Amino acid sequence: MEANERTKQEYAKMVERTSPKSPIGKNCLFAFLSGGAICTLGQMFRHWYFSMGWTEEECGLLVSVTLIGLSAVLTALGIYGRLGKHCGAGTEVPITGFANSVVSPAIEFKKEGMVLGMAAKMFLIAGPVIVYGTLTSMVVGVIYYLLGR
Amino acid sequence: MGKRLGPQTVRLERPVAVTAAAAVAGKMEGEGPLGECFDRIVQDALFGEDSWEKAESHFVREAMERAVQKSGHTMGDMDYVFCGDLLNQCIGTTFGIKDFSIPCFGVFGACSTMGETMSLGAMLIDGGFAEQVLAGASSHFCSAEKQFRFPLPLGIQRPPVSARTVTGAGAAVLSRKGEGPVIREITTGKIVDLGIKDANHMGAAMAPAAAALIAAHLRETNRRPEDYDYIVTGDLGRIGRDLAAELLAKEGFPMDERYTDCGILVYDPQKQDVHAGGSGCACSAVTFAGYFYPKLRRGEIRRMLFVPTGALLSTTSVQQGLTIPGIAHGIVLESGKGAD
Amino acid sequence: MEYIKAFLVGGAICVVGQILIDKTKLTPARILVLFVCAGCLLGAVGLYPRLIDFAGAGATVPLTGFGANLAKGVMEEIDAAGAVGIWTGGLKSAAGGLTAAILFGFGAALLAEPKEK
Repeated sequence: MEANERTKQEYAKMVERTSPKSPIGKNCLFAFLSGGAICTLGQMFRHWYFSMGWTEEECGLLVSVTLIGLSAVLTALGIYGRLGKHCGAGTEVPITGFANSVVSPAIEFKKEGMVLGMAAKMFLIAGPVIVYGTLTSMVVGVIYYLLGR
Repeated sequence: MGKRLGPQTVRLERPVAVTAAAAVAGKMEGEGPLGECFDRIVQDALFGEDSWEKAESHFVREAMERAVQKSGHTMGDMDYVFCGDLLNQCIGTTFGIKDFSIPCFGVFGACSTMGETMSLGAMLIDGGFAEQVLAGASSHFCSAEKQFRFPLPLGIQRPPVSARTVTGAGAAVLSRKGEGPVIREITTGKIVDLGIKDANHMGAAMAPAAAALIAAHLRETNRRPEDYDYIVTGDLGRIGRDLAAELLAKEGFPMDERYTDCGILVYDPQKQDVHAGGSGCACSAVTFAGYFYPKLRRGEIRRMLFVPTGALLSTTSVQQGLTIPGIAHGIVLESGKGAD
Repeated sequence: MEYIKAFLVGGAICVVGQILIDKTKLTPARILVLFVCAGCLLGAVGLYPRLIDFAGAGATVPLTGFGANLAKGVMEEIDAAGAVGIWTGGLKSAAGGLTAAILFGFGAALLAEPKEK
């Protein structure tokens, strides 16, 4: 049954009016606290690795690897998923969220096999990040090569 | 044309009895307000299997076997089985019913499937093609999340308009004769599309279909809402229920508390984190089989309009930016001594 | 003090993401893409490195930091190796994080079973 445009617009307004909005204030507070906490944790690791005599570059890598590993463990235990329900972007945006988005499909799709399930689906969510990140870096590279030096 | 009351509604020549119904539900549903109504509550989301999809099939098998057993028959007495679910190519159904080895029709009506299987089964019996038909539907929170949304371990926030897919399966035995409440009229839904695109907001996508169906039913049967003890939609949830009620009021059918929704009944919004309510094929299937069927049987409900609702989407259609059309199927059930 | 700076800046970046989630209905994958690309561009124009100097992990840990790292990698590689750097610089700088994600993803999938949330 094809409804006319006016009916559709009226209904869209009705839905808009009836549907509760996301509690954005509360969500932002939780995102701020959790995101800030994860970054502070990163800073603590950074400090620690630095005091052990690693270089700036090595520290950066070690912090990333540590946080990714931690996120993988919490994801495997089902804890990260539950945190995400409350923290939203606070657990999504840090590198731990990136790790969570790689580990989650790997676990979920292992029943479809270690190749076509686990491995093929591993970058289901994070794949686009790498695709567009790499493409953007190439654009930056071309511009830098032509103009920047 | 004696059986057709209107473009969408038929009246069965001889009422078809629903001689038994069974509901098997998951842990979260068991902890909800209807927990005591279910025939079995399965604490383990995997139901002893090693994947969510196999678990869903196990729910189907369990609900169907229990329904047949309660009807006093054996599986071999069933002439046909109608069943459906949400998984791609209906594998929840296939692997649930394959070992019954009875003639079967796989059905897809999204979350309205229970209405569709019962409608088709009753018409088949009234047409004289069968004595007994087994009808059912299933859904599983985990298999649905995996297929339609995101892997379960992913940390994502759900908006307040989203619903939780009910884990479980419901089944009913329809019979040409026998004890139990009867199916009188069937109103078959048209696809209704008011342009909703938000896959989180299924209640809004389905409410227009539900309202259109209820209005068509009341017009074609010449009845008023007051002629029913209950009018129950499938899985609109709290927001969708209110939207449907508002649309019906505009059509001249004001609704009171006799109109409710299985997605509201199945969970406790205060204690359970379900946002708008329950959804999925099992939402209407287990609520009907576990909660309304016994009430009909005991005569506490004299007449009800049962309207399972479905959102006709796939991951592909949503990703392509298509709208989410809705559908609803209506069945009138009356308490009674059964068919003769 | 550096911890407070990391906390405030990291938290603020996440709040931007949260506002996008709640106001625009963007899916998580899209938010992550947006953050990486934005980080890469801000890194290229030199703004993000300054934020990193100020907030340390508060700027490197969010995915924008991952993006800025891609820009930094590609520019450094071009300085060192010329045009070849356009092809290799970005992913080279991301290699450590990606390898870690793949390794831990694989390990977690071996050890953990899917479970209900």
